[in-house]
Amino acid sequence: MSGRRSRSKQSSVSRITDDQIADLVSKLQQLIPELRRRRFNKVSSSKVLQETCNYIRSLHREVDDLSDRLSQLLASTDSDSDQAAIIRSLLM
Amino acid sequence: MDLQNLNPSSLKSRFTARFLRALTEINAPKTISSSSPREIFQRYRRIKVAADKSMAYSVRSRRIWSRATLWRLRTRSRSRRLVSFGRRASVKTRTTASHGKENKEHHGAVLGVQAEELRELVPGGEAMDLCNLLDETAHYIKCLTTQGFCVYMGGLLCEGCC
Repeated sequence: MSGRRSRSKQSSVSRITDDQIADLVSKLQQLIPELRRRRFNKVSSSKVLQETCNYIRSLHREVDDLSDRLSQLLASTDSDSDQAAIIRSLLM
Repeated sequence: MDLQNLNPSSLKSRFTARFLRALTEINAPKTISSSSPREIFQRYRRIKVAADKSMAYSVRSRRIWSRATLWRLRTRSRSRRLVSFGRRASVKTRTTASHGKENKEHHGAVLGVQAEELRELVPGGEAMDLCNLLDETAHYIKCLTTQGFCVYMGGLLCEGCC
């Protein structure tokens, strides 16, 4: 990846080939649950990008929901000193 | 959850340790009105920042997206005092964005348009060329799933302590 930094000359632009892009896209495809099963059927690159965006958004939402749930939970604890002590002991 | 069994150098364990530490700080100042909606919302925001911080600091500056996240977190905390800081940030993006644009036109011209949406979702995506964008996205997704796992585990811990 560090070799791609020298991109100032127009002639070196062709160093990044369509094959490399296709390779990166297929790597992405493996990470997306929706598309992983369709490995042997050709999924278009634009479909991969579209699903990637949807997946990232759902991951963001998931973290939002989990954080929301966590903030509710922290508010409902009876004794903060007990909880803090337990968490601290787990970190040791 | 047994933290000792996790590989100490793995992203998951680094992230979890940081995040749990942040959680104890967030939960520490316990006031009588700690369950008011406003307090809950403030705690929610602090948890979100803690999750993003833990993730970005666990990856440090090894990735463009983590550097962008760290930059954004630092800028946000100083934004009220330093107006010029924001101006410097936009200049920084402009110089690298023009560099990225040349490559957008030459390679994956079809993908270039679809990639716009992705650029907005990945931190620092606006300034990346298509290759970097795809590579960074893959790493970003892996880290997001780790982040979700760790926040979930934090929730289980707190649930177990209630």
